[in-house]
Amino acid sequence: MVIKADLTRKGSLQIVDVPKVLRNGSLYIAQARIWNMLQWKWSIAGEAFANPMFYLLSIGIGIGKFVNSHQPTGIDGVKYLVFLAPALLASACIIGASNEVMHPTLEGFKWNKGFFAMNATPISANQIANGVLLSALARALFGTLIYYSALLAFGGVSGLRSLWLIPATLYSAAAFAAMMLGFCAAIENSDLLMNIVNRLLIMPLFLFSGTFYSLSTMPKFLQFIGWLSPLWHATEIGRWISYGHHISWQAVTIHFLYMTIMLVVGLFYAHHHFKRRLSK
Amino acid sequence: MSVKDPSQEPLISAKGLRKEYGAFTAVDGIDFHVNKGESFGFLGPNGAGKSTTMRIIAATLTRTAGEITVLGKDPEKSGPEIRAHLGVVPQQDNLDNSLTVEDNLYVYGRYFGLSKKYIRTKIEELLTFAQLEEKRGVKVEALSGGMKRRLTIARALVSEPEILMLDEPTTGLDPQARHILWDRLFRLKEQGVTLLITTHYMDEAEQLCDRLIVMDKGKIMAEDSPAGLIKKYSTKEVLEVRFGSDRNAQYSDQLRAMCERIEVLPDRVLMYSDDCEELLHQVVQAGMAPTTSLVRRSSLEDVFLRLTGRTLVE
Repeated sequence: MVIKADLTRKGSLQIVDVPKVLRNGSLYIAQARIWNMLQWKWSIAGEAFANPMFYLLSIGIGIGKFVNSHQPTGIDGVKYLVFLAPALLASACIIGASNEVMHPTLEGFKWNKGFFAMNATPISANQIANGVLLSALARALFGTLIYYSALLAFGGVSGLRSLWLIPATLYSAAAFAAMMLGFCAAIENSDLLMNIVNRLLIMPLFLFSGTFYSLSTMPKFLQFIGWLSPLWHATEIGRWISYGHHISWQAVTIHFLYMTIMLVVGLFYAHHHFKRRLSK
Repeated sequence: MSVKDPSQEPLISAKGLRKEYGAFTAVDGIDFHVNKGESFGFLGPNGAGKSTTMRIIAATLTRTAGEITVLGKDPEKSGPEIRAHLGVVPQQDNLDNSLTVEDNLYVYGRYFGLSKKYIRTKIEELLTFAQLEEKRGVKVEALSGGMKRRLTIARALVSEPEILMLDEPTTGLDPQARHILWDRLFRLKEQGVTLLITTHYMDEAEQLCDRLIVMDKGKIMAEDSPAGLIKKYSTKEVLEVRFGSDRNAQYSDQLRAMCERIEVLPDRVLMYSDDCEELLHQVVQAGMAPTTSLVRRSSLEDVFLRLTGRTLVE
């Protein structure tokens, strides 16, 4: 059998557009990652809907009823669900984004070595890191929009001003995910370490960041966990945006600054380790 | 055979190239050049420094010392500009397993900044080339080893690279899959694509390479065309005789006196001569009755044995 299998050929010197890749490489990586996520679209969508439903029904409404009946003035001057809403939104967004950088980074370096395939093209190590982060944020945006809609339906948020929760929450997710990206690129042989991070870092962040009650009701030595946690900073800003929680403008600045530092340091660290691992 | 055109610089040229990992020297100061349109091979056992050299050329590994230019540029300074014109087929397939065959090609084409329209047309050609038309919508994880390999090669061709680099292209493939691959690589060569191949299979090197370097422990042991190497380092023919494991060594002095050179391997003795039928006749006449005997042409395996005292596949 003769197979007609000759390729037409102009040659890469004619067709490859290097400046275009230098400009848009991160977006190409993000696009490929999103295609990959779309393979799991039903489970991603299911999780995005189920997660807020479970929390809102059990904690927001169940516990909320209990709290509101004991504290008629509410917490922080508002109903429990309103108090809780910005924190739930931020934690879902942060956890969603960090999952979406952790797994692909381990896979790309170790399991199927896809990052090495990407790096065999004009795409640089930094662009791969940026692309992974961008795709994680795209997924976080999707989750946030759904969560926000659910909160709106249950009365956890209201008013035009609360729309600002969406970009603010995404910003905090970017900050935390950038740190996780750097961390996952740095560790080479330890899936165990990854599990420890999941259970001993992310879980306490959720519990000790003033999510369910104001951080100031905790003893001082536990409060510092909240100060370090991006979730607490995001929650404070979220409450300020959502229902006008009283904080000074200096505090708002510090919260944003803290997240900005996390983002910059995380990305710097991620770029360093992506470059190191792809070129050794 | 390639003829060096003096007006044309080599596509790749290395001088004193060295790579160290701590105290271990993976590549130990090697010189070589590759001309346009040539099919150039690195032959050597595992750990000889072939893949390391390939990655330095591919601008994904920094060198410790020495000079190298690829397409006239320094890979450490112009990584993206060089990689734009390379097609890389790594030793282990690193396809995106959860995407389909077609999407793997598409996504990879985008990494080169190619237009969607161009990639869509190219995919049709590549699927035919790789004999994967019927698998276009199938996820990569469901493909056989040979199909994955062909897809990895097709993927490397999406950008019509100046240089196609193949690291152990047929390791782990069955004979039929190997021959399909070789056929595809021949076609590319005919189209003027420069091929860079590492292999530890001597038949692959003989089939595919115009010129090759034999590497061992990070050093170049020899450089020439496959035929040239055989002519320089071996005889026309080889007689392989087996006497049983005890007697192989016992007869070695007697056998050595009968021909140019012998190699005593654990399971057999190789005797080098230009007329091995005659040699076999002499062996039998001398009263040493081998349990099996085989006369064959010299191969690169013999060259490697001569140069290093070891076999390629151990």
